[in-house]
Amino acid sequence: MSDAALLRIEALRVSFRTPEGPGTAVDGVDLAVAAGETLGVVGESGCGKSVTALAVLGLLAVPPARIETGTIRFDGRDLLRLGEEERRRIRGREIAMIFQEPMTSLNPVLPIGRQVAEPLRVHLGLTEAEAREAAAGWLEKVKIPAARRRLADYPHQLSGGMRQRVMIAMAMVCRPRLLIADEPTTALDVTIQAQILSLMRDLKEETGTALLLITHNLGVVAQMAARVLVMYAGQVVEEAPVAALFEEPFHPYTQGLLRSIPVLGGRAGGAKTRLAEIPGLVPAITERIAGCRFAGRCPHAFALCREDPPALLAIGPGRRARCWLHLHPERRRHHG
Amino acid sequence: MAETPLVRAVGLTKRFPIGGGLFRRPRAWVQAVNGVSFAISRGESLGLVGESGCGKSTVGRMLLGLIPPTGGRIEFDGIDIGRLPRTEFRRLRRRMQVIFQDPYASLDPRMTVEAIVTEPLFADRPPRRAERRRLAAELLDRVGLRASDLDRYPHEFSGGQRQRIGIARALCVRPELIVADEPVSALDVSIQAQVINLLEDLQRDFGLAYLFISHDLAVVEHLCRRVAVMYLGAIVETAPAAEFSRRPLHPYTEALIAAVPVPDVRRPRPPFRMEGDVPSPIDPPPGCPFHPRCPYAFDPCPRETPPLVAAAPGREVACWLNGGRGLSAPASAPTSPVKGERSA
Repeated sequence: MSDAALLRIEALRVSFRTPEGPGTAVDGVDLAVAAGETLGVVGESGCGKSVTALAVLGLLAVPPARIETGTIRFDGRDLLRLGEEERRRIRGREIAMIFQEPMTSLNPVLPIGRQVAEPLRVHLGLTEAEAREAAAGWLEKVKIPAARRRLADYPHQLSGGMRQRVMIAMAMVCRPRLLIADEPTTALDVTIQAQILSLMRDLKEETGTALLLITHNLGVVAQMAARVLVMYAGQVVEEAPVAALFEEPFHPYTQGLLRSIPVLGGRAGGAKTRLAEIPGLVPAITERIAGCRFAGRCPHAFALCREDPPALLAIGPGRRARCWLHLHPERRRHHG
Repeated sequence: MAETPLVRAVGLTKRFPIGGGLFRRPRAWVQAVNGVSFAISRGESLGLVGESGCGKSTVGRMLLGLIPPTGGRIEFDGIDIGRLPRTEFRRLRRRMQVIFQDPYASLDPRMTVEAIVTEPLFADRPPRRAERRRLAAELLDRVGLRASDLDRYPHEFSGGQRQRIGIARALCVRPELIVADEPVSALDVSIQAQVINLLEDLQRDFGLAYLFISHDLAVVEHLCRRVAVMYLGAIVETAPAAEFSRRPLHPYTEALIAAVPVPDVRRPRPPFRMEGDVPSPIDPPPGCPFHPRCPYAFDPCPRETPPLVAAAPGREVACWLNGGRGLSAPASAPTSPVKGERSA
């Protein structure tokens, strides 16, 4: 990869103090997002995907969190070496974010028009009237019905889907170059989710903003991302273009995830198959594991996997995997 | 069908008051459930799907006797449970158990696993201590936990393991029906499959009937034999699980299916074209509750509520299209309005 990346994270390691002792939530994550690209990051709870996003935004609570090593370059600047003032200027203006629960990110006692206008006044120095006008325009753009009449509404007067639209307007008003969306539709009903995803796609197309989309939902990733990273227990275990990931998943964890979810329409003709389980549990972040973190749950694991942690290696064009099977393909057992 | 169904809901209705107080009249009513009827046979699984606020959980709670219906009735094994004296209802209630969504909130943190799992026994005459412990160990084994877990507390377990504890508790009194309200929604993807498979095994081994309440169409399609789709308090379609996603008959079902993001990059997707939010159940639209969002709405839809009627073998739909048969014909265009009997 040449350094055309807008965001480049290298060797990021984040530890947490926990009642059970120190734990590593993110352990050597490398990732890059090109300008205008959509990168999906998938994984289950505790895999480190949200902690990685918070580290980029500079929003990790320190302590209990601590960034041990690594660099986070945005447009060439190492964010971890900037002062709080500079980071705040980048956050909201150049890197914006939306979270799962809009109610926790919106101010309950401020009208939504003021909240959408605020980044414009703070970051772009617009006057109150200009900002208000632009805010109204953005609320229309995110398809809030009768947007101009709703500028004075408070967040509690809106439905969950409408609040998420307000959040998106707030995030996008300054036309950031990178939008980080952490489970943006997880709290929404499925028809509202479809509306929000299509809105995000349209806005991305219009503004050219790059999107780092964090989700546990493989369907959402399949629809939205061009490239996907799969995380497990604090590490990236697989990276691939979206079609390759779904058609030929390489890592046993990715394969297991894809086989374990029921797919709508999968029972056509009445056939009913049993879901493939991934046995066992995700290791706790405080657990010390000598070899591969997935070995304990992996159907292909052999002696080397339990002794030596595999590295994230290139396995094909645009593809990387953290798995010894790449060097020992004969070890892959075939399952019916 | 000659056989009495295990459970039958007939015209179930639930209104909740809003505002008001002890001596004041409520300001408004929420029509949470509006004339819902269905039957579940022994050993059968019915999936109740719909989005938040559609009334699916309220139906489950009425079935369990946790809240009284405003109208309609529930028959369990042919007995109208609304007419039973309390003591008899308590005895009958043991035959139906519940599994909740949140394995964190539904287990008492101060009770040991043994006490949690055997709690339902105390609704009647519980067996002796040693017998209870033996039974609890057997249940834990059945749901994939260990007898050594008996003396531990809920916080020592992961979400998936807690859901297994909740399932063991539901099984304790050998129920015939389990109402499962979003039992896998709070679980991680890799743990969901473990719990879904367990629920399937238990159904087969114990001949359980399930009322499986979920917003997740794929999970319901996988686990259930039949599906009922709810919208704004009413069932708009019922179908065999193996058919409904291929050939939805109600425009709302079609929209729901189109909205589900499918983890398959090759599958062509129908465009999603439904705008707007679900209307408020305080002030539901007149006529068909779905008509303000329906891309096929025509003359009768805002005026008259379509009744839920048989549209094909094993299938019912509440929609005026195609003479009351919904989206029966492929690429159906609105046909001339039908004058069917008006539903209540």
